[in-house]
Amino acid sequence: MAYTQEQIASQMDAEPGRGGNMVLNLGPQHPSTHGVLRVKVELDGEQVVRSEPVIGYLHTGIEKTFEDLMYQQGCMLAPRADYVSPIINNLCWVLGVEKLLGIEVPKRTQYIRVLFAELSRIASHLVWLGTSAMDMGAMSPFFYTMQQRELILDLNEMAAGYRMNPSYFRVGGLMGDLPPGFPEKLYAFLDGFPHWLEEYHELLDRNPIWIERLQHTATISLEQALDYGWTGPLIRALGVPFDLRKTNPYSSYEDFDFDVPTETEGDVYARYNVRMREMGESLKIVRQAMDNMPGGPWRVADEKIYPPEKTEIRQSMEALIYHFKLFSEGFMVPPGDVFSAVEGPKGVLGCYVVSEGSSRPNRVHIRGPSFYNLQALPAMIKGGMLADIVAAIGSLDIVLGEVDR
Amino acid sequence: MNEILDALREAFGEKVAVAHRIGQTALTLPKDAIVDVVRFLKEHGFSILLDITGVDHLERDPRFDVVYHLYHLQLHDLVRLVVPVGGEQPELPSVTQLFAAANWAEREIYDLFGITFSGHPDLRRIMMPDDWIGHPLRKDYPLTGLGPLPPLVRE
Repeated sequence: MAYTQEQIASQMDAEPGRGGNMVLNLGPQHPSTHGVLRVKVELDGEQVVRSEPVIGYLHTGIEKTFEDLMYQQGCMLAPRADYVSPIINNLCWVLGVEKLLGIEVPKRTQYIRVLFAELSRIASHLVWLGTSAMDMGAMSPFFYTMQQRELILDLNEMAAGYRMNPSYFRVGGLMGDLPPGFPEKLYAFLDGFPHWLEEYHELLDRNPIWIERLQHTATISLEQALDYGWTGPLIRALGVPFDLRKTNPYSSYEDFDFDVPTETEGDVYARYNVRMREMGESLKIVRQAMDNMPGGPWRVADEKIYPPEKTEIRQSMEALIYHFKLFSEGFMVPPGDVFSAVEGPKGVLGCYVVSEGSSRPNRVHIRGPSFYNLQALPAMIKGGMLADIVAAIGSLDIVLGEVDR
Repeated sequence: MNEILDALREAFGEKVAVAHRIGQTALTLPKDAIVDVVRFLKEHGFSILLDITGVDHLERDPRFDVVYHLYHLQLHDLVRLVVPVGGEQPELPSVTQLFAAANWAEREIYDLFGITFSGHPDLRRIMMPDDWIGHPLRKDYPLTGLGPLPPLVRE
């Protein structure tokens, strides 16, 4: 639908033509807005006077749908919020439900979860790198990054049968153990990826256009960033080493040796550097997880929460009853509420779950980091150039599925 | 963390009820104290407002909870504030003057629960279309929606 100058202006409380200013609509269907984001901008020549992001175009009512599903069905829904790193949403959800249930999964499960979460973080950063480089006019990095991302999706497919939204983590365990042949394929990826990371640096680091457009672009102060609730790589690019994996370890992250990269400039270039170094750190964690993978069970022994093995169901009456109960009415979760927070690729990913004692949650809220990060966009681009809006949106690394839910 | 909670008890007395639930600190407080408590916590180092959301307990009185989560960057700890609100037109004060992050979060609660925030600079719908009827996350709003969908293209 095309808007006239007057229509956009009336929604923005601006006058078209005031002092020669122009009101422009960026999006919602625009390749550089990473989904369906609309930004209304008031321009003085090429300079941004005022801007306002408009969201809600991808609102699918995930939180409402959650209330109608059993807890284990939520494992399929949670990843659909942030579809670029689905498995970390999956992790956040199962950790929340497990906290409410008061159970702890075996060490092997925790390690496998860390392994996939970190692979997912790399996959998410690769999408960010490819698309934001493309926004700046560099076409080739996109193909280079997608090719490596494909290998991670192959690993997802191998373990869970799905590439994009694997839903591999279940309440009380995993969908299944690591399949045979998985370690070999994973090591092949781990051995090959550092070379490609080098390659990405070579493609971009000495490119004068890339540096020129990124340095000193879309900066905001640390006070402003905290005010807007920024987390993740964005706040680490301002010199705050805040990473939930270090500060509040979950799922055995305390066992792993890794650094939290920080930069101090707080511009788009600093965010680029932080994310690039984070990929290297994630790679370290994945290798440690696979090298030190503990043996033992990959699910909790409680059959009231995790269904028994299929072979058992054929032989044991009790197992059959458990199976039937689980899939017809689900497991009951004690009343209470919990905020489970994990470090997503974009920042603190939270899941607030309220239970009233039944097998369906009373309320589920997903704290999408992009929702809070995106709010700062007007402050970032104020007084800047029109073309820098694209750089700013790229550096925020937003996923509209998570913003709108 | 305990020192902050002690200071909080001293400053607000009986108004704020402290509970520990599944390893997390939850404070329950009346709506007229929310701005002061958030300001108090911000002054004591809870520098990130992580999240604001609402919960609808259909049969309870007061019907809604508005839930705030704040994070302390030095202590690495989380605090939850629960504010029950109810009545015909549930309303509570906005915290946008303390945290800019509250702006969209409060708009979302207004949009999806119909809870208004007094003192909010720009309270209008954020997720749903501007002319939408009803508040979808309320428990009495059916999952299938109310009536037919509005037309996709408006004149």
